[in-house]
Amino acid sequence: MTPTPAVELRGITKRFPGVIANHDVDLTVSRGEIHAIVGENGAGKSTLMKILYGMQRPDEGTITVEGDRIDLKSPTDAIEAGIGMVHQHFMLADNLTVLENVILGAETRKGPLLDLAEARRRITELSDTYGFRLDPDRLVEELGVGERQRIEILKVLFRGARILILDEPTAVLVPQEVDELFRNLRGLRDEGVTMLFISHKLDEVLSIADTVTVIRGGTTVTTVDPADVTARDLAELMVGSELPTPETRESTVTDVVQLEVAGLTVRDATGRTAIDDIGFSVRRGEIVGIAGVEGNGQHDLINALLGLVPLDSGRIVLGGVDITHHSTRRRRESGMGYIPQDRHREGLLLPEPLWENAMLGHQRTVPFARGPWIDAKGAKERTETILRSFDVRAPGVGIPAHALSGGNQQKLIVGREMTASPTLLIAAHPTRGIDIGAQAAVWEELRVARAAGLAVLLVSADLEELIGLSDTLHVIYGGRLVAELDPAAVTAPELGSHMTGAGKGAA
Amino acid sequence: MIRRIATHLQRLAHRVWRVSRRAVLALMAPVLALVFSIAMSSVFLLLADASPLEAYSQMWSYGTRSDSLVSMVNRAVPLYMSALAVAVGMKMGLLNIGVEGQYRIAAVAAAAVGSWIVLPAPLHVAVIIITAAVAGMAWITIPTVLKVTRGVHEVISTIMMNFISIGLTAWLLANWLDSRESSSDLLLATDYIPESGRFPNLNWLIELFGVELRAGTNLHGFVVVAALIGVGFYIVIWRTRFGFDLRAAGINRQAALVSGVDSKAMVAKVLLISGALAGLVGISQMLGSFYRYTVDFPAQLGFTGIAVALLGRNHPAGIAIGALLFGFMERSAQILDLEGIPKEIVTIMQGIIVISVVVAYELVRRWREAQAQREVSREMPEATQSTTEGLPA
Repeated sequence: MTPTPAVELRGITKRFPGVIANHDVDLTVSRGEIHAIVGENGAGKSTLMKILYGMQRPDEGTITVEGDRIDLKSPTDAIEAGIGMVHQHFMLADNLTVLENVILGAETRKGPLLDLAEARRRITELSDTYGFRLDPDRLVEELGVGERQRIEILKVLFRGARILILDEPTAVLVPQEVDELFRNLRGLRDEGVTMLFISHKLDEVLSIADTVTVIRGGTTVTTVDPADVTARDLAELMVGSELPTPETRESTVTDVVQLEVAGLTVRDATGRTAIDDIGFSVRRGEIVGIAGVEGNGQHDLINALLGLVPLDSGRIVLGGVDITHHSTRRRRESGMGYIPQDRHREGLLLPEPLWENAMLGHQRTVPFARGPWIDAKGAKERTETILRSFDVRAPGVGIPAHALSGGNQQKLIVGREMTASPTLLIAAHPTRGIDIGAQAAVWEELRVARAAGLAVLLVSADLEELIGLSDTLHVIYGGRLVAELDPAAVTAPELGSHMTGAGKGAA
Repeated sequence: MIRRIATHLQRLAHRVWRVSRRAVLALMAPVLALVFSIAMSSVFLLLADASPLEAYSQMWSYGTRSDSLVSMVNRAVPLYMSALAVAVGMKMGLLNIGVEGQYRIAAVAAAAVGSWIVLPAPLHVAVIIITAAVAGMAWITIPTVLKVTRGVHEVISTIMMNFISIGLTAWLLANWLDSRESSSDLLLATDYIPESGRFPNLNWLIELFGVELRAGTNLHGFVVVAALIGVGFYIVIWRTRFGFDLRAAGINRQAALVSGVDSKAMVAKVLLISGALAGLVGISQMLGSFYRYTVDFPAQLGFTGIAVALLGRNHPAGIAIGALLFGFMERSAQILDLEGIPKEIVTIMQGIIVISVVVAYELVRRWREAQAQREVSREMPEATQSTTEGLPA
């Protein structure tokens, strides 16, 4: 007789206005295993996990936990059933201690008072059992990314969870931290904790998971034993076809320097040095990659290049013209294209029609404007061209931007920037959060533009993308460029160790 | 050939259906809000021991008299200007609560200048209008400078400026502009603006339709200027690059910055325009019936303007409807006192309309958003395929 599975989903279907996120999902997770769920963006992984965590209710289907059929109306119900979720984005209060963060919302009490001693005892016990090495009295702001993630896991365990949902837990980690996380997860497994591990990093999935379930087009395609498959097999199961790679072909780098940055220093509002004495150049036909763990000054560098923040010192020369003191508008109009890292925050006017979105950043130039007037006709025609040539799937230029999927929104932004024939393109995480098809399209556009002589500054956290596309690779750490690497010679783990600042010795 | 015509017709029908549905949708929220507020007001009327039916029918028959309709328009014009002043700021996410103070200062300045100078008629009127606009603009300069240089929130600073303006106008009127010759004159007021500075009324237009007006009824001519400003407002906001920058900054400030909009310059321009529009709030009544500034010059128009802007969704056409509705309600309420029904019921009604219209707009907006997505994915399933994967990073 087979033991009762920890989680059993049968025939789960969830519809949203206009889309079916999940249909006929069947999933069986045994007790004490690490069960990976893989699938490309948009395949329905997140929705499925939200259903299991009580954040969404399925339209059809049943959820069985430890043999009991349950109806999850909210995350509270899920926590009660022993299910905990470790979110991809940390939800921690920086100015509180580890202990305070862990008990927040699940305070141990003695009468009306907090029972901190009891909380401390339990936290220490959990931390010791699983080898988390967390000091309950440290302030969270002093801790690194890996430790913060362990706090998130500890929070969930503290609430009594025996089934953990880990939503892309390695997205923010460098390889060394990933290894440590995996050690912790194996420890948890040995203590009988069941884990659902969501990821699209296939090598990691193969190294940690006991079972892998592939989701494609909203439904479970198959469940495999990781010992029987390769990463390539899994990828093809995910996509249902062949896999694209970010490889560029032969070098197209010219001698003409398009962007020259020297001694760039920026302080943030609190006076902290956000970027420190940064200098590099981008030639025409060259893709220069900036690698780094998030929050090491990438965003400040981009803001400085766009002219959004005042410089402390330094010089920016674009196409031979000193633009250090030019306004953002002047920089954009002298050919600085920008693919933002967060398209909703920086790239789109979501409630507005596509043709107005296609104007954004180019709203004073032909064909979008004529004199002081908006040229709606010209703008709509140009938008149609963009939709056609960049394969943006949209039924018309008049529909609001929020009606499109992430991949199509991103293709619209890429198309808008490319069509304006920029002289320098700043691409920040250009393929983040979009599906593989759109990802391949964006990479292809970057390659074509590079071959046509465009200078590209690529800021990314995706090591494969950086190594595959870049001609030159810089590592940013703590606001400084700490290494210049040859993408042809560097491996992902080497790049990763530079990104942690462990740098020079390791490479 | 026939098939081509058929598909054409089909497309046309589809389009007509879409446009008419959009119109119905746009009107749905305010109509629902109006119905709801009438229902709620009925409850209050019943609580006050009055018959709602009686009250509404009195209001309707009194409010639709020709002189009442003229009064409705006269009351609507200042509200319209006030709401435009608020709306231009709201389009960019700025809330000018200081319209109240700006129009009072502007009215005093206009009365002072208008009664002091003498010019040929059209020029005299123009100088008064420009004075009012400039004075309104000048009064918002302080909050503007504070906002741009020190980041002081405009809501706080414009509220503060309201208090200062109330004190300042009273002081100016009492100490510098008082035209009373003996202390037995009770009404504190400036000198009259001479005939050449008054805006001719539009009674001839009504009489053209054969309607006899009661004596003393007087359709303010400034309504024409207000309508033109409304058209200008639409053109600037929705048809120019400047308007695009402004709306972009209102919808997504960060995206606008990245696109090259100079946030500070834009904030300054928009606040100054708002102040200038606010300056014109009192002008219709001043040049149409008061001809001077008095201590009992209409007050609260700035605050009511915020409600009207909300009601009209910051669109000049919507604001016109909202202003006329408020004008109608205020005028028709005058009859209630004679019937022994507290006319304050209308203030309650206005409040309920505004609150429920805000709720109704939000509900309709969400519904339409889902509707748009459904429509897109019906026409082209691959356009929305991955919308469920949560927000992109």
